[in-house]
Amino acid sequence: MIINTNAIYVLWLREMKRFLRAKSRVIGTLMIPFFFLAFFGLGFGKMNIPGLGNDIDYIHFLVPGIVGMTMLSTSMFAGISVLWDREFGFLKEIMVAPVSRISIVIGRIVGGATTSVLQGILILGISILMGFKIPGIPAFLLSIVFMLLISSTFIGLGLIFASKMKDMQGFSLIMNFVTFPLIFLSGALFPLENLPAWIRYISYLDPLTYGIDGLRGILLGVSSFSIIFDFAVLIVFSFLMTFLGAYFFEKSESA
Amino acid sequence: MLAIEVENLKKQFNGLTAVNNISFEVRAGELFGLLGPNGAGKTTTINMLSTLLNPTSGEAKVAGYDIIKEKDNVRKSIGVVFQEPALDNKLTGRENLEFHAMLYGMNKDERNKRINEVLELVELKDKADILVENYSGGMKRRLEIARGLVHKPKVLFLDEPTLGLDAQTRRHIWEYIQKLNREHNVTIILTTHYMEEADYLCDRVAIIDHGKIIAMDTPERLKDKLGGDIITFELEGNNNEFMNEVNKLAFVKSIKEHNGKLTIMVEQGEKRIPQLIKLAQKKGVDIKSVALHKPSLEDVFLHFTGKTIREEEASQKERNINFARRRFRR
Repeated sequence: MIINTNAIYVLWLREMKRFLRAKSRVIGTLMIPFFFLAFFGLGFGKMNIPGLGNDIDYIHFLVPGIVGMTMLSTSMFAGISVLWDREFGFLKEIMVAPVSRISIVIGRIVGGATTSVLQGILILGISILMGFKIPGIPAFLLSIVFMLLISSTFIGLGLIFASKMKDMQGFSLIMNFVTFPLIFLSGALFPLENLPAWIRYISYLDPLTYGIDGLRGILLGVSSFSIIFDFAVLIVFSFLMTFLGAYFFEKSESA
Repeated sequence: MLAIEVENLKKQFNGLTAVNNISFEVRAGELFGLLGPNGAGKTTTINMLSTLLNPTSGEAKVAGYDIIKEKDNVRKSIGVVFQEPALDNKLTGRENLEFHAMLYGMNKDERNKRINEVLELVELKDKADILVENYSGGMKRRLEIARGLVHKPKVLFLDEPTLGLDAQTRRHIWEYIQKLNREHNVTIILTTHYMEEADYLCDRVAIIDHGKIIAMDTPERLKDKLGGDIITFELEGNNNEFMNEVNKLAFVKSIKEHNGKLTIMVEQGEKRIPQLIKLAQKKGVDIKSVALHKPSLEDVFLHFTGKTIREEEASQKERNINFARRRFRR
């Protein structure tokens, strides 16, 4: 298998240029997490929610969850946006170039992960303005590592869906029937300990659970699992999804 | 030297045969056309030759490389302009070319020089730095042709290069294509369903219908095969008897009835018209109109398939819809 670094760089550069030019899209994708943060944070802030641990305010509990949620939706979008390229023909231009399929997949993951993480950092920035405190530079850097892992996992998932769909009609279906359950199961909005046991077991299958738990461990010092465990599980998910995404993409495009 | 060798190439999609055992060769430097109605298998052929699709069976070489075993070498040797625009609208024209050049591993100096060259060739230099979404259809097509040339391919595939363009823009694109072929010595394979395009541009044409090549030669020789002139009679009412009578005449090479029109192939048509009219009067057949013309590729297509290319397209569309329905139900 040959990896063409210049092809990966080109695809990454393309994502960056498009990202910087699509200011309205960026603002649009930031608005939903911002509203969640503001209204859930303010609305539930005075309530006594069991299981938050260590006298943590609900709004602080919410920040890693919303960052994780942003990672999930922007990454899924990045993966599925292969459909746009297919619809508008640009995919053919890439597919007919002398670069390996795996480089195309890696290029898309690297580009998508960069834009997702940038948006995650923007959300963190907004929450700092709202009074959230990050424990320090190492914690910030470690949280970026977790963001990258969440992102690559869900870009892989997005690629799998994109390979299975032939047009864009299934897009909103996926966004509603896959993204939302993944968010609710992940404990982004409430402590998983409050869920009935059987739902909690399902939530252990959701990669986002470990991503958000890890981010909470890093940023708040409270987590259900150890950070190392979260990291290990997430790395397995990330490799698995990237591999499957690449596999299905390759298969669907050379039929 | 051969730029392309195709042997018994076949492609099936879920039991539907899109390309059915076609074979042809294209010499280096040739401008070769695949002419046929929409859905005849032209694009599928191009997609296989440009390594986007794997054939079901058969073999093909492009620029000497096998399209299955040496995909990367094939990709390096070809430029492709697809039927649907394949540009990134959110990038400028120059950026589209730059990304292409980088994908093909060209270094910065080489890149800049070549991009300016191709922009000049298609006269887009002054529009190079605006976003492609602001381009007109003709400009987009020119940019795509330029992009297909950036990496100096030996073979250029053009899939319906003038589809959806107005007559003036079409002429313009034809000029670029000719210039490329003659002055820059690029082998060009184009697909089209426009008869005049194939006639005007191509050194050789393969007429393709239902996935099969039904005739292949220079446009001149294809037309010569029909012989001399074509007289078309539009008649009132039943004309079977008249048709039989005409067919018996020694100077008639062939005769076809199509939608109430008689197409008669003869030598020296202008002299034969009075004779045919006389015969019609004798038989009491009312003639609504008479026309005389030199055979076009349209006549060649009609001759080989018994249908005009437009009718073939209509029936093809129906087939596709039925096929789509079948697929949908599964």
